[in-house]
Amino acid sequence: MNHVTPLLPWAPELNGAAPAAAPARPAPAAGEAPAPRQAPPPVPPARRAPGFLAGTFLAIRLAWRQLRSEKARLASAVAGVMFACVLVFMQLGFRAALFDSATQLISAMRGDLFLMHPMTTASFRPEPLPRVRAHQALALPEVQAAVPIYLAQATWRNPADGSRRTIQLVGVDTEAGVLDFPGLAPLVDALKRADTVAFDARSRPEFGDVARLLAERGPFEAQVGNRMVQVVGLIEIGPSFGADGNLVLSETNFRRIVKERVVSAIDLVAIRLQPGAEIEATRARLAALLPADVIVLTQPELVAWERRYWEEATPIGFIFAFGSLMGLVVGMVIVYQILFSDIAGHLKEYATLKAMGYSNGYLRRVVLGAALILAGLGFVPGFVAATLLYDVVGAGTFLPLHMDAERALGVFAMIFAMCAAAGLLAMRKLRDASPADMF
Amino acid sequence: MTAPVVLRGVSYAYGEGELRRPVLREVDLTVEEGEIVLLTGPSGSGKTTLLTLIGALRAMQSGSAVVLGEELAGAQEAARVRLRRRIGFIFQAHNLLGFLTARQNVAMALELDGSLSERARQDRAGELLAAVGLADHTEKPPARLSGGQRQRVAVARALAAAPGLLLADEPTAALDKASGQEVVQLLRELAKSRGVPILLVTHDPRILDIADRVVAMEDGKIVCTTDTGETPAQVVMTKG
Repeated sequence: MNHVTPLLPWAPELNGAAPAAAPARPAPAAGEAPAPRQAPPPVPPARRAPGFLAGTFLAIRLAWRQLRSEKARLASAVAGVMFACVLVFMQLGFRAALFDSATQLISAMRGDLFLMHPMTTASFRPEPLPRVRAHQALALPEVQAAVPIYLAQATWRNPADGSRRTIQLVGVDTEAGVLDFPGLAPLVDALKRADTVAFDARSRPEFGDVARLLAERGPFEAQVGNRMVQVVGLIEIGPSFGADGNLVLSETNFRRIVKERVVSAIDLVAIRLQPGAEIEATRARLAALLPADVIVLTQPELVAWERRYWEEATPIGFIFAFGSLMGLVVGMVIVYQILFSDIAGHLKEYATLKAMGYSNGYLRRVVLGAALILAGLGFVPGFVAATLLYDVVGAGTFLPLHMDAERALGVFAMIFAMCAAAGLLAMRKLRDASPADMF
Repeated sequence: MTAPVVLRGVSYAYGEGELRRPVLREVDLTVEEGEIVLLTGPSGSGKTTLLTLIGALRAMQSGSAVVLGEELAGAQEAARVRLRRRIGFIFQAHNLLGFLTARQNVAMALELDGSLSERARQDRAGELLAAVGLADHTEKPPARLSGGQRQRVAVARALAAAPGLLLADEPTAALDKASGQEVVQLLRELAKSRGVPILLVTHDPRILDIADRVVAMEDGKIVCTTDTGETPAQVVMTKG
């Protein structure tokens, strides 16, 4: 048994160092490989553990090797994360599209200040204010123009098949330059004629293919409410959740269609100030001048008012938030299942690692590393799929669905948090990996 | 210098209250430098519990156990984890990580040493596998190795971090006679050449001859100690 075996090149017998006389191994500097022929001391000193970063790298590499070894399981985990990712992207996309489209009409109105009845909840359901407020606003020298706007909904008869749908009417003095929609400028003169309207080319297709009819026949007759009007041109606004389509027409034509509307009851006043006038100061003076049945808003405030209605007064904001949350929960359950079964299937191996001196913290980093690898692997295809879906669904629903960097980062953070939470839950299973039960 | 393992009056019991069942009663045991000690005895005699206590896998209840110079009585979990890094374990099942190659499995024991580079770990793992006669199988996963080969990888892994003590639990139980003999002989050669003491629990009468000393246990007590081969003193004298 004392024969020197050639198996161990660093065995003490080979370099003549008796085990007892072997010098304690000096702690090697980081990165320095120990001399291969150095004799290991009989009782090695406690080794320096790897630094946190190096240890984390090794833990994540172990996690990746484990994930990689079971391709089918990895694929189902990645598919689960991807599913959650797409779901959240779509929900957030719809939510943002709703708010964007709901305020599209308001955003298109050009004006320095707006007067609105304080009880107006949203533009499609306005509370009228007296038309005289528009004239009263002109009392201030800073006010260059004050233009009343009428808003109402009426039914539009589809010129192709005769079906009727509700459409948003915007009645305004089109010459005043308060409303600015793409395509409106060349129609200003045509809209002065009796019973003429400009149709929103981005309205939903259920209103009929007005653009094609217009191209084929030129201006043509269509029924709005109980009146025949002439469609003279196309503008672009876009549908919202409040209205599927829009018509822009002059004040007079508006009153011809909405007969029950009193002339003096208007819905909004757009105010243009003299060049160089202070918006905030003028607003304060207007608010002091006018009675309490109007509030004075800047355009961003008006947009925010409209948006707040959709966020707070309807369940829609909540619905999409809830949908996003459900997506995250489902994704978390899938990731948790995968991680849990990975741990449960490798309990002996994990316990062995513990017996070898790996700490609980290291094994937690392995599990967390696996979760975060899944987050990354699932997010990339999820992001690509959601971007494609935005285009397809946006084209189908006429909703403004766009991928932007802010949302992408937000969803990545959510997916990351989702996987981390799943990892933290799955870690509890590590407690079952007890090295004492190994023998 | 104290012996690698010194146990004084170690007792251990499972359960609480009326269900309390003592498995170790006042065990005294010393394992000397370079000594190979076999622990035998019927099932339930407490030998495995003793092994897990020495291996710092279990918290001590009473008595004193000094392993590699560390007192285990009252030791915190973190201290026990640190001590485990200086002990090599060989289990009944090989317990290799199935998704790693033989070389990566051995390297796992070296990844606890922050002073080694990746290159050095791989090289040392390769050298150890060569030492257990698996130089041609370093890149195979455990599933493509035979039972004896897997257990030899486990031996290489246990020795990789240059442990001060080797603990083995029935390392031959899952192997046939030939590969079992092969593994324990290998274990003995490697341990003797490096002066590493081995404490080995076994039922297997075929491997009793590798031991310097056989310790028999029954009902939580050491009932008999038999010196078999050369004594540790002889090992030291005949070396070099």
